[in-house]
Amino acid sequence: MNIHEYQAKEILRRHGVPIPEGDIATTPDAAEALAVKYGVPVMVKAQVHVGGRGKAGGVKYCATPAVAREKATAILGMDIKGLTVLKVLVTVAEDIGSEAYVGIIVDRATKKPVFMVSAAGGIDIEEVAATTPEKIKYHPVDPRYGLRTFEAMEMGFFLYQDVKQARAAAKIMQQLYAAFIESGCSLAEINPLVVTPTGKVVAVDGKMVIDDNELERLPAIEALRDESSEDPAEVDARKANLTFIKLDGNVGCVVNGAGLAMATMDLVKYYGGDPANFLDIGGSSNPEKVVNALRIITADKNVKAILFNIFGGITRTDDVANGIVTATKANPLTVPIVIRLTGTNEELAMKILTENGFSASSDMDEAVQKAVALATGAAA
Amino acid sequence: MSIFVDNSTTLLVQGITGRDGSFHARQMMEYGTKVVGGVTPGKGGQMFEETVPIFNTVAQAVAATGANTSVIYVPPPFAADAMMEAAAAGVKLIVCITEGVPVLDMTKVYPYVKEMGARLLGPNCPGLITPGQSKVGIIPGRICMPGPVGVVSRSGTLTYEIVNLLTKAGIGQSTCVGIGGDPINGTNFIDALAAFEADPQTKVVAMMGEIGGTDEQEAAEFVRTQMTKPVVGFIAGQTAPPGRRMGHAGAIISGSAGTAAEKIEAFEKAGMGIAKRPMDFVELVKARL
Repeated sequence: MNIHEYQAKEILRRHGVPIPEGDIATTPDAAEALAVKYGVPVMVKAQVHVGGRGKAGGVKYCATPAVAREKATAILGMDIKGLTVLKVLVTVAEDIGSEAYVGIIVDRATKKPVFMVSAAGGIDIEEVAATTPEKIKYHPVDPRYGLRTFEAMEMGFFLYQDVKQARAAAKIMQQLYAAFIESGCSLAEINPLVVTPTGKVVAVDGKMVIDDNELERLPAIEALRDESSEDPAEVDARKANLTFIKLDGNVGCVVNGAGLAMATMDLVKYYGGDPANFLDIGGSSNPEKVVNALRIITADKNVKAILFNIFGGITRTDDVANGIVTATKANPLTVPIVIRLTGTNEELAMKILTENGFSASSDMDEAVQKAVALATGAAA
Repeated sequence: MSIFVDNSTTLLVQGITGRDGSFHARQMMEYGTKVVGGVTPGKGGQMFEETVPIFNTVAQAVAATGANTSVIYVPPPFAADAMMEAAAAGVKLIVCITEGVPVLDMTKVYPYVKEMGARLLGPNCPGLITPGQSKVGIIPGRICMPGPVGVVSRSGTLTYEIVNLLTKAGIGQSTCVGIGGDPINGTNFIDALAAFEADPQTKVVAMMGEIGGTDEQEAAEFVRTQMTKPVVGFIAGQTAPPGRRMGHAGAIISGSAGTAAEKIEAFEKAGMGIAKRPMDFVELVKARL
């Protein structure tokens, strides 16, 4: 789960990280009032779950409260990579001496949280990683000890020569690590970490991504979820315990298991079609899930054919068959459906489908070809 | 022969009285797996299906039964502790089926299990099966048959799809291993490939990978430098759109790594057979037997 910059900053602030004052505004009036309250100059920053906000014009420097109002007017409602900006963060603009990068991610290779730090921080950090990787220091942390002071100091001195700054950065890294662990993050970063002309070390931007598997035991973090900044169909799917990602094609796919779902999409492409979505109904079967899956898929007007590909292990194929029958009785389909079922209770599933006027096959390759032909025929 | 599980496997089921645990314990017993005990705190002393004793702790279960393997079906918040409890009790192979284990939990479980000298498979995996001998986990037994092909996969149902195609074509399997799709898992492709290389029954290995990470590339390098047996590979997600970016750090740590194209290139470089579709495994494996 993504959280907004202002939410990440609140968490980091609670852990002691020095962060310029700021608050959220949803109207130009409120933005102007915050600029007056904190004193100018301020930054007005779009709060959307996407990178490259600055390059898209969503982050502006404002020398006066009137400018803050003007910039907030422009940014609120702006579209950044398909997401509408509904909130801006108004925050004190720090004078910037230098910009560093400090991030932590759970690394698959070392199987540990790994710090990445660089003195060459700022908006071009990816460029730095690609072209001058020696400017980035990696440091795996043993989670049983946490980030010890000597480790943090080593990274602090990698960033800064001055001992006061190195020490300040080291403390911030320990605070960031504590926030990372306590908030169940898969990623936490400060970019840039700024040294001001007076030598203060402050975090000017913060980002956190939460491991979805942590949300059940961290209700306070789950409460930070902002549904207005997510795709409505994906919100709907999540509530129905389905994994759904909308794509641009016209073959609607309902599959059990992520690997098989991806392989099904690949096969749709292989036969010249285009998948409309990734949809995984997951392991345990229940007709209600199928009903929800069909509702979400048929809401997409691009869908010209629906393809079910179910390999029953834990999933009982008769449950899927019952779900298809229930859903289509309530809302008759307007597009053709191709059903492939095999595995647990296959005979029963086939019987249920046949009795209700559906045909089904047990061969994946054949079913995909048929669905592609139907979608292509309908589109032509 | 086979890898990791066989006739000598004696199994504990952690979470044996739960909905999933009891269902799959029954399925494994029907398949012929030697289920020697179950663990559910508070239900020690009771019997499962009138034949399998239930214990309060894994340590008690191991002391009473001598089990060498454990399979875990407990809910995600308790899974990390369950894995470590099994390792602490001296279980040598721990298979965690549970989906949804927080990755930060795994950063602690992984080194602990290793220090205890146990092998962990999973979490979030379908388990493994040596056809005709022992099934540990949830892979449907009836789609498998004994034979010469080692199967290793990051996915569940996609594995069933391919195993089913092989069996229907009369090609049996030595062992089918689902390593799971989580970022931190106990056993990776290389561990399974090394075991198949050393297993006399296995003649060909079928490997199913996915987009993301660099496990498949490292596995391909292992195939190129360390293996004499032919390997056929598949990557799911060839047409998946680039994932939503995980901030800067995700891009930094992985660089361009993790795309299907890059993984397939690594397979090609290793001289592996490349299945473009699941059904291609049949011909590619047959040609190498």
